[in-house]
Amino acid sequence: MATPEYTVVIGLEVHVQLRTESKLFCGCSTAFRPDDPNTQTCPVCLGLPGSLPVMNRKAFDLSVQTALALNCEIARYTRWDRKQYYYPDLPKAYQISQYDLPFSSKGWLEIAADDPAEPPRRIRITRAHLEEDAGKNVHDESGRGADSRVDLNRTGTPLLEIVSEPDLRTASEARRYLEDLRSLLLFIGVSDCNMQEGSLRCDANVNLHVHNADGTRTATPIVELKNMNSFRNVELAVEYETRRQWKQWLKTGQKIGEVPKQTRGWDADRNETFGQREKEESSDYRYFPDPDLLPVTTTVEQIEEIRRSLPETPAVRRERFRSVLGLTDYDTNVLLSQGPALTAWFEKVSQLCGDGKLAANWVTQDILRDLNADGVTIEEFAVTAEILGTLLKCIQTERITTKSAREVYAALRSDAAEEKAIAPADVDRLITERKLEIVRDTGAMDTAIAAALASKPEAASDFRAGKQNAIGPLIGMIMKQVGGADPKQVRERLIATIMAGA
Amino acid sequence: MIVRQSAGNQEMYSSMNRPLTSELIAQLQSGETTSRQLVENSLRRISELNGVLNAFVSIDADGALARADEIDQRRQAGKPVGRLAGLPVAVKDNMCTIGLPTSCGSRMLKDFRAPYDAHVIQRIVAEDGVLIGKLNQDEFAMGSSTETSIYGPTRNPWNADYTAGGSSGGSAVAVASGMVPLALGSDTGGSIRQPASFCGVVGMKPTYGRVSRYGLVAFASSLDQIGPLAGDAWGATLLLECISGHDKRDSTSLNVERPDWMSQLDSSLKGLRIGIADEYFVEGLDAEVEQSVRAAIRVFEAAGAEVVPVSLPHSKYAVATYYLVACSEASSNLARYDGIHYGHRAEKFSDLVDLYSQSRGEGFGTEVKRRIMLGTYALSAGYYDAYYLKALKVRRRIREDFDKAFASVDVIAGPVSPTAAFRLGEKLDDPLAMYLNDIYTISTNLAGLPGISIPCGLTKARLPIGLQLQAPALEEARLLRFAHQYQQATQWHREQP
Ligand SMILES: [Zn+2]
Repeated sequence: MATPEYTVVIGLEVHVQLRTESKLFCGCSTAFRPDDPNTQTCPVCLGLPGSLPVMNRKAFDLSVQTALALNCEIARYTRWDRKQYYYPDLPKAYQISQYDLPFSSKGWLEIAADDPAEPPRRIRITRAHLEEDAGKNVHDESGRGADSRVDLNRTGTPLLEIVSEPDLRTASEARRYLEDLRSLLLFIGVSDCNMQEGSLRCDANVNLHVHNADGTRTATPIVELKNMNSFRNVELAVEYETRRQWKQWLKTGQKIGEVPKQTRGWDADRNETFGQREKEESSDYRYFPDPDLLPVTTTVEQIEEIRRSLPETPAVRRERFRSVLGLTDYDTNVLLSQGPALTAWFEKVSQLCGDGKLAANWVTQDILRDLNADGVTIEEFAVTAEILGTLLKCIQTERITTKSAREVYAALRSDAAEEKAIAPADVDRLITERKLEIVRDTGAMDTAIAAALASKPEAASDFRAGKQNAIGPLIGMIMKQVGGADPKQVRERLIATIMAGA
Repeated sequence: MIVRQSAGNQEMYSSMNRPLTSELIAQLQSGETTSRQLVENSLRRISELNGVLNAFVSIDADGALARADEIDQRRQAGKPVGRLAGLPVAVKDNMCTIGLPTSCGSRMLKDFRAPYDAHVIQRIVAEDGVLIGKLNQDEFAMGSSTETSIYGPTRNPWNADYTAGGSSGGSAVAVASGMVPLALGSDTGGSIRQPASFCGVVGMKPTYGRVSRYGLVAFASSLDQIGPLAGDAWGATLLLECISGHDKRDSTSLNVERPDWMSQLDSSLKGLRIGIADEYFVEGLDAEVEQSVRAAIRVFEAAGAEVVPVSLPHSKYAVATYYLVACSEASSNLARYDGIHYGHRAEKFSDLVDLYSQSRGEGFGTEVKRRIMLGTYALSAGYYDAYYLKALKVRRRIREDFDKAFASVDVIAGPVSPTAAFRLGEKLDDPLAMYLNDIYTISTNLAGLPGISIPCGLTKARLPIGLQLQAPALEEARLLRFAHQYQQATQWHREQP
C-alpha cells in the first residue's frame, strides 16, 4: 500500500440534552412541546428582571454520572460562567455555561478500529461541561417576511457539551464514535439522544496533516462543520470536507493560522459543505464567573456514590454477553445497536429460557424482522419477553422442536394480529392443541414406521438401491401419525429399520 | 417644613410631627389610630409634597386603603396580625411588584410590569405591612443623587435645591418627609446609606446574603443588597427583621438563623471597641462633617465604648475596584434589555443588530451607558486580566483589611459621605466627582459587610450629616445596638426638615 499523502484529523463537539424532569436553573419542565410554545417558562428561564438561577443538583449529578461513564476526572470544585452574546433565543443575553473550570475533563471512549483486526481505538475526551440550552427562533418560512417568533420552552434545559481531542482519523471513525457515544448515553439513561428533536447535536472540527517529502507534516486550517442532523451526514460531511481541503491545499498551500477558523454548514441535499460566517467576529464572549451562582463542590464520597449508581455501560455489557452468555460479537453488536429497551427485552428472554445464544438467535432474526415488518417498537410488540421466554424454554428443554416453536410463534402472532390477547400460558395450549410435543415413545414411532413401510414397500427397496430421497414420503407419513416426533429421529429410526430388514 | 424651590418661589407646608415607627405601632395597638388613618395620612402627605420632592413614582391608593381596612378588621376582631400590621411601607422602584410597574427609573422599563412579587414584597405582605407605592431612584440604581431617573430628580426635603442623595433617594425622602414611616432601598455602593445621611434618616445595608435578592432588579449581583430606611434604629431593626432570612430562590442567600436583634438594642456599649481608621478622615472630608462624626464618637466613648485606631490600607483602591466590579457585572446584567422580549423597543430599525442598538440607545440614559461600556471593556478579551481579575484581587485585599481590623474592634465608625447633600446638577456632568461621593461606603459592599447610616448632626445650612458604622459579616446586632444607644443619648434623629 502506498504511503498516504495526508492524515485526516477530526475532533467532535457533541451537545446532549440531559433527561431531567426540570430545567438546570429553575423548576420548569424539560418536555419537548414544540406545538405549545412558551408554556414551560417562568421568570427565571425567561430571564425577567430580578429573577435568579438556582442550580438543579439532580442535573448536576446526572452529568457527573455521564462523565464517569466517559472515564472522566471529576473536578472537586467547579463554577458557572456567563457566556455573553446577543440573540433572540437567549433572553438573558448570556448563557450560563462553564469556561475555564469545567466539572469534568480527561476522559476517553473506546471505539472499534476501521479494520476489525486492529485493536480498539481509545478516543480521548478533553472535557465535558454543563450549560443551559437556548430557546428556538421560529422564522417565517413562507417568504412573505412575517415576524420571527421565539419559543423559550427549551431555554434552560440542561445541556452537556462533550469535547473530544482531535483523535479521530477517518469519517467512519467519527461516525462510530458518535454511535458508541449515543449508545452509552442511551444505556445509562441520561438522554434520549433524539437528533430530530435536537436532544443530540454535533459539530466537527476537521483539518489535514499533510505528509511532506522530508518526513515532516504540515497542518491545514481547521474548519468547523455544523448543521449535520444525522450520523450519516457527519460521515458524509467529513468525507466531503477531506476531499475539499486536500484540493484547497494543492491549490493554495494555506497552513493553519494563516486564515481565520472557518465555519461551514452541511447541505444534505447537495451533498456538500458551504461557507458560513467567519468565526472571528463573534469570538469574544466576555466570559466571567456568574455572581448569582455559588461554585459547586463535589466530595470524593459523592463521586463514589454516583459511580456506584452508574448503570452498566455498553462496554461492560458487551463483555458480559461474550463471557457469560457466550454470544458472538456480531450478535452482541446487533443487540446493543438496537438500544437499551430491546437489549433489556433480550436479557429477560435469555433468563427465562436459560440459553443466551438461543435467545440471541431468535431476537436478532425473528423478532427484529417482525418489529421491522410491523413498524413497532419492542414495547409495543404483542409477543412479550415472557411469552417468547416460555416458548424458547420449551426448545431448550427439548420439549418441542425449533420448527414446532416457529409454528407456535406464528400462531401467537396471528392471534395477536386478530387483536386476541396472548399470554405465556398460550404457549402450552398451542403445543397441546397442535400435538407438537416431541414424542419420545419409540413404540408409537415404530408402529408408525411399520405401517408406512407396509403401505409403500417399494420405497424401502429403492432406498437400499441408493435412492436417498425415496424415503421422503415415508417420513411425511410417519410425522402425520406422530406430530411431535423429531424428524431427525424419525429419519434415523426409519433408515435403521429399512437396513435391518435388508 | 419649608421647601425652597430652585425657581426661588417659597412654599410653606404645614409642619408635621413625623412620628416614629414605634410610636405608630403603639397608637395602632391602643386603638388611638387605625391603619386606614395612617394610610390616609400617608396619601395626604404624598399629595402635598410629592409634586416638589418627587419621591414616589407610582402609588396604589385603592389597594393600600383596602388592605388597611382588611388589617384593621382583623385587629379589631382580635385575630393575630403581623409585625408590620397596618404600617404604610414603600419600596424602591427596582423591586418587582405584581400590582405596580417596576421601572428602575429607566425608559427601558417604564411600562414593565413584573408577573411576580420580589421576596421582600412577599415578606412585607406576610407581616401585614401596607404597600403604598414605589419610590424614585437613579436609573438602574446607578448614581448618587437620584437625578438620572426618567421621572426626573428627587429633591431633598431639607432644601429642595439639594439632592436627596442616591440611588435610593426616593426611599430616604419618603421617610424623611413623613410620607411613610418605613421604606426599602437597595445598596450596591452606598445607595441606602448615603441618601439616608443626606436626608437625616437611618439607613442600613445588611450583610451580603442576609436579605434575598429574588425580585430585586440586578445592578451588580455580588454587591447589591436590600435594606431598610426608617426614622430611627428601632424602626430599621423591625423592618430588617421582617425581610431577613434564607430564601432558596437566591443561591447567595445565607442559610443562617436570624437572630433576635430587637432584644439586644438596649444592651450597654460598655467595653465595646470602636475602630477609627485614618483612611476615613482624609483630604476632601468636609470640616463640618468631620466635626459631627468626631462628636458622635465621643458620645460612644461617654457610653463606655473604647476608641481603638485601625488601619484599612487598601481603602484608597476601593473606588477603582468598585467601579470595575460593579460595571462589569452591570454590563452583563443589563444585556437582557435588548428590545426583544419586554421593555423598550425602537420603532425604527433595519435589522436585528440595529434593533438591539437602537432600542438600547434609546432606552438607557447616559450614566447607564457609561457604566455598560466601562464594564464591557473590562471584561473584553485582552483586558479581563488587567481590569476585572485585578479588581477581584484588590477586592480580596480590602476584605482582608477588614478581617484584620475587626480582630481588634467591634465596629468601625466614620463619615457616610465626605460632604452633606450637594446641589442638584452640581456633579451630574462630572462622573468622577460623583463616584468619589461613595468613597466611604463602597468598601462595605466590596467586603460584603453590614453598614448603617445614622443622623449625627446638621450643617450650618441645616443639612443633615450622617455617621457610618460598619461591623463584621452577620453582626447586624452590633450596628443596630450602637445606633439605638446613640439615639438614646442624642436627639439628631428627632430633627426634622
Ligand atoms: Zn423556568
